[in-house]
Formats: sequence, structure tokens, C-alpha cells
Amino acid sequence: MAQASLPIEPEPRPGSSARARPGWLGRLGVGTSVGDGAFRVTTALVAATVVLALIAIFAELARASSLSLEAFGLDFITSQNWDPVRDEFGALPFIYGTLVSSLIALLLAVPVGIGTAIFLSELAPEWIAKPLGFLVELLAAVPSVVYGLWGIFFLAPVLREHVQPFLASTLGILPIFQGPHLGFGMLAGGIILAIMILPTISSVSREVLRAVPGIYREGALALGATHWEAIRTAVLPHARSGLVGGVILGLGRALGETMAITMVIGNRPEIDLSWFAPSYTMASVIANEFTEATGDLYLAALAEIGLLLLVVSVALNVVARLLVWRVGRLPSGARV
Amino acid sequence: MEDASYMRRKLVDHAVRGACFIAALLAVVPLFSVLYYVASKGAGGLNLAFFTELPKPVGEEGGGMANALVGTLELVGLACLFAMPLGVLAGIYLAEFRESKLATVVRFSADVMSGVPSITIGIFVYTLVVLSTGHFSALAGGIALALIMLPTVTRTTEELLKLVPEELREAGLGLGVAKWRVTMRVMVRTALPGIATGVMLAIARVAGETAPLLFTAFNNRFWGGALDEPIASLPVQIYTYAVSPYEDWHRQAWAAALVLVTMVLVLNVTARVLVRHRVRAR
Repeated sequence: MAQASLPIEPEPRPGSSARARPGWLGRLGVGTSVGDGAFRVTTALVAATVVLALIAIFAELARASSLSLEAFGLDFITSQNWDPVRDEFGALPFIYGTLVSSLIALLLAVPVGIGTAIFLSELAPEWIAKPLGFLVELLAAVPSVVYGLWGIFFLAPVLREHVQPFLASTLGILPIFQGPHLGFGMLAGGIILAIMILPTISSVSREVLRAVPGIYREGALALGATHWEAIRTAVLPHARSGLVGGVILGLGRALGETMAITMVIGNRPEIDLSWFAPSYTMASVIANEFTEATGDLYLAALAEIGLLLLVVSVALNVVARLLVWRVGRLPSGARV
Repeated sequence: MEDASYMRRKLVDHAVRGACFIAALLAVVPLFSVLYYVASKGAGGLNLAFFTELPKPVGEEGGGMANALVGTLELVGLACLFAMPLGVLAGIYLAEFRESKLATVVRFSADVMSGVPSITIGIFVYTLVVLSTGHFSALAGGIALALIMLPTVTRTTEELLKLVPEELREAGLGLGVAKWRVTMRVMVRTALPGIATGVMLAIARVAGETAPLLFTAFNNRFWGGALDEPIASLPVQIYTYAVSPYEDWHRQAWAAALVLVTMVLVLNVTARVLVRHRVRAR
């Protein structure tokens, strides 16, 4: 292969014979190790900046939110009162909006995502699995703001004209499907998030299923199991913790997702049981109000919401990675 | 009796397989819907003015997004300038000294960092750069994007270096070449095309990022070439226009989305095809 054209020359020196003699540093026994030592130190220092950057993000957000942390303490996450004019800040409506929209996203994306992964890795022949898997991964490539644009001009009108009247007429006794049909609101936000976390869940699940040794399936099939029974009794139990990891990674993405959901959720800081009603998420309130925040306490309150978001999504990310590592490995280079 | 249970099992099997197939189809529906809308609505707004003119004031028809196009290129360029050397060197460290304690910590940090919501990176850069310099700037936007790229570039470099056969290193060392030169001139050079495609994927990702730019690069209705001035970018412009009440701005938002999606998908698909090609060749 590439061996024929190795890009190294043994550095002929003026006056040296064909067989290279070590330079004076080399004769002292330090020639190569100085270079090697310097190389190791340089790359180590650069690598350490990654760690420093992460620590700095935590430290800086904690510092920026210190005013709000002192002023409100735990009340910050239990109070519903978000009133910048009176300098009163309670983040509960945003926490509620983030949690419920992410929950809707999981309800929709988990069955579809894991079903897709099972289809792609267990059932589909190669010639279907490859292009289909490719398309699902492209979902992750579309920028968030483009999903938001699509949400405003396509998804929200469709929800308002067709989906919400249908849900209200069939499942209208449930409080989550009551109220005026606006299109924009919690449901729209949850659906947009579901689309955006679907590729995360399906590609991690696919990777995890692929890591299950083929002999498990063959054993079950040889005992007379149907295809689905083999998957259910032999493959899924082996992959379970990895699948849960994939779902948690998806949840982490849903919590931190900003643009698309800001554009469709309606941005009203009120807790409403109905999924048709407008809501507000933690990431959205930062995106909308950060540049307009006047006053140090206001800015600190928004930074504290950012800090909460950071801590929760990092914790979820760590847990998810531990779960996935137990089974297989994440697709390399994936930003999940 | 035996037959009935067999039939039932077979039926369940078919039902589940059908459900999985439908799930896979459902998964790609949104992709086609988004691409269809972006293409059909965006094509109408594309014209020469879109690529060459500045935005017009509210109420005036026409104008373009030339400044946002250039702005996105500048921001992504800045991000690469910061993230590429750092990420590649950090990745080299991870691959070459993979057993060291620091490597474990760095690897873990990079993974954790890739899970940090991009909006919080925006806050971080705001308090660090924007507050200390006193204004929104292209530089701040570039730093924010670089922080998003950094973990991806680091881990991709590491993974691709690990794929280079150890025999190449042994051959180099056997010729008496210093270890670090073997790393740089044999290992890294062999992995370079792969690393380049990894960087392409990272670029495709940050080119569409909006949230971290909102309060770092901010926006600019005019040409903002300087590093210490606010700068326009395609994603932020799409957002601003999409949530505005003006018909003409909506049209331009779709056109900008078409340009952005084309850019991102071309980068993404090219990188994936190249990676697949290389893996097959190996």
C-alpha cells in the first residue's frame, strides 16, 4: 500500500557517510529524547487545554450566576414568578417547559429510533440498510435553525389545521389535548425535538445492536425462535444498557436544543397542563432575553439557567456514555 | 393446538418486523419534508442580488445577504484557525500516549464537552470575551464556534491515528528516525486525509450553529469585516428573518436556508463518502 513511498529520509548531513552517524547530541545519548520530550510536553500542554476549557466553562458560568444564586437560592427552581421589571426571577416555568417538551420528544423518538435501529441492523438487507441509515444520519446534519423555519411555516400550520383538531376530537378528554388550536406550543416543540434527537437515538442503538455477537442470534434461531423472538430474547437483553444510554444521550440533546424549539414553542413563561398551549424552555429564554437583559441580577438569573442546563446535560452525558461503553462503543466522531 | 401457537408466533413476528420497517420509513419522512420545503420555497428567493447585495431596511423590497454569506465564511474560518491546531495536537497526544493518566482525563473531558449545550458555550464566551472587550465581535463568534469544534476534531484525530498500522511506525523507528518525527511524518501524514474529512464534518456542523452566535458575533446589517466588530451570519440572519412579520424577509430566510443546507449537506456527504471509500480501501 503506502509503504512504497514512505515520506521519510534519514537526513543526510554534510560530510557524513552513507550510514548516518548520530550528531553530537545523539552521541551524548540525548539527541532523540530532547525532541521526543519536547514533543510530548507540547502535545500534552495542548491536550490539557481541552480539560481547562471544560473547567473554565463551569467556573465562568458559576461566577456569572453567583448574584442570582445568592439572591434566590433554591427558590430559583421552585418559583414561577419571572418578572424582570421587579427583579424577581423564578425558573420553574422554563424547567417545566424543557422537561415536558423533552418528554414528548422521547415518547415519539424512542419507539421510532429503536425500531429504525432494529430494522437497519437486524432485519434489512445490506442494500436497503446502507442508504437508509445514511439518510437517517443526514437528519442530524440539517441545522437547527432550518428545522425552526420549517416548524414555523409547515409544522405549526399542519398541527393547527389537522393534528390538533383530530387529537381534540378523539382524545379530548385528556387535559393535555384541550384548549385553543394555535399550532405553536408545547406539542410543536416536542415534535421538532423528536425529529432532532431521532438520529442520535437510532445511530447509537444501531451501533450497540451491531456489537452484540452474532452467535447469540444464531443460537436462538437454531432453537426454533422466530426472527423477533431471537431479537427479543437474545439480542435486546444483551444490548439493553446501551440502548438506555442512547436514549439518555438523546434526552441530553433535547434539553440543550435551542433554536428550533425557540421558534415553535410560543415563548410564554406560564405552566399550562395542555400541550396545545404555548410554553417556554430554559434554552429559549436564554436565547431570547440574554442580549436584552438589563441589570446584573437579570443577567445572573439567565446565567444560572445556563448553569443548570450545563450541569444536567453533562451529568446525563456522562451516565449515557458509561452505559453505552458497557456494551460497545459510540460511533466515532459523533457529536452526541 | 401446536399449529395455532405457531401461527400466532409467526403473526407476531411479521407484525413486529412490519412495525420496524414503518419506523424506519417514518424516520426519513421529516428529512424529505424539510429538504422539499427548503428547495421549493428557497429557489424562488435566490437571485443575483441575494449573493451580492446588503440587506435593505425594513419595508423596502429586495436586497440580499452578501454580508451574512461572507460573515459565515469568516466565522467558520476563525473557528478552524483556533480549533484545528489545538484539536489535532490534542488528538495526537491522545493517540500517541494513550495509556497516560492525562490522556484518560482529556478523552473524558472532550466527550463531556461534546455534550455541552451550545447555548451555554455562548454565555461562556459572552462573559469571557464580550464583557471584557466591551462589544460583540467576530472574534467572539469564532471562539464560540471553535469551542464547539474542538472536542470533535480532537477525538476524530485520535480515532484516525489509531487506524494507522503499527508496522509503519516500526519501519520508521527501525530506520533510526526519532520517535516524534515518525509520529508527525509517518503516522500523522498517513492519517491526514481521514483527519481532513473529520474536520469537514465538524465544519458542516458549526456552519449551521445559531445559538452560540446570538450573543457573541451578534448580527450586522452592513459589511463587518473587522475582527472586533459584530458580524452577520447566515444562521442568525435566517432566525431574524424567520421570526419577523415581513413576507419579503420570509422569502429571503428560505433562500438563505437553501444556501446553508446545500453548503452543509455537500460538506457532510462528501466527508462521509470519502471516509467510506478509505475504509473500504483499507
